[in-house]
Amino acid sequence: MSNPQPLKIFPQGEREIVFTRGFDAPRALVFDAMTKPHLVERWMGPRGWNLVKCEIDLRVGGKYRYVGKRPNGPEMGWGGVFREIAPPDRLVCTEVFDDPWYPGECVITTTFEEKDGITLMTAVTEYVTREARDAVMKSPMESGVKDSYERLDEVLAGAAQGA
Amino acid sequence: MDRVRRLDATFAALADPTRRAILARLALGEASVSELVRPFEMSQPAISKHLKVLEKAGLVSVGHDGQRRPRRIEAAPLEAANTWLEEYRRFWEEGFEKLDALLEDMKAARPTRTRAKRERRGR
Repeated sequence: MSNPQPLKIFPQGEREIVFTRGFDAPRALVFDAMTKPHLVERWMGPRGWNLVKCEIDLRVGGKYRYVGKRPNGPEMGWGGVFREIAPPDRLVCTEVFDDPWYPGECVITTTFEEKDGITLMTAVTEYVTREARDAVMKSPMESGVKDSYERLDEVLAGAAQGA
Repeated sequence: MDRVRRLDATFAALADPTRRAILARLALGEASVSELVRPFEMSQPAISKHLKVLEKAGLVSVGHDGQRRPRRIEAAPLEAANTWLEEYRRFWEEGFEKLDALLEDMKAARPTRTRAKRERRGR
């Protein structure tokens, strides 16, 4: 399977994180795969992960909600509201996590450009503040990593106190 | 060691309170094994065992200073543990790899115009 453009994630300006990724398929298919629940649940999340809830009300003002988990792992839920739906080239929605590690909800503007049957997706995630954006760039998302971070925090706190 | 296993080793080493205390002490400056034993109610072999785990995880190195073999804290694995962006990237990349496979299925299920044309020509 070809991977025309690998995933890139980078900060942009003060409050944004940009994702870009190519897909070897027409954008109408990519748009469907990202907005239809029976398709989203087939790919969302890393390997070994499953969406246990996938609800999408694809209309302006409609909500979506995902809950994912690993076998024996904790659940991670998130969702938001659609603001603009313009298939197959543009989708704008908000996003907020049940257990957020950054303040406020963010707004994701996803655009799909197609050239020679290849779709380039660009998703610009805009956070409410620079601090929120920077927190996402640095913070753990999965709780296993989060637990480890807490241990790391203890070590560093202990060092600071001269324990 | 690959990155994930290295992180596992780092976090496993950090999971023990004695080892965290040793690291906290070394964060203030290098120390010999006997200096490290003093504040703990533990035998030297027990402390040495913990030091071995920390050395294996790359969190502590052994210096050479004449007769002394001072232990030092190594910052790099702790920094690696902080490189969250890599985890974030992996979360999405693995999902997108599954999406690539799904798109192949979708393309096969819904013939494109070129493919339909090719099939017509073939007839």
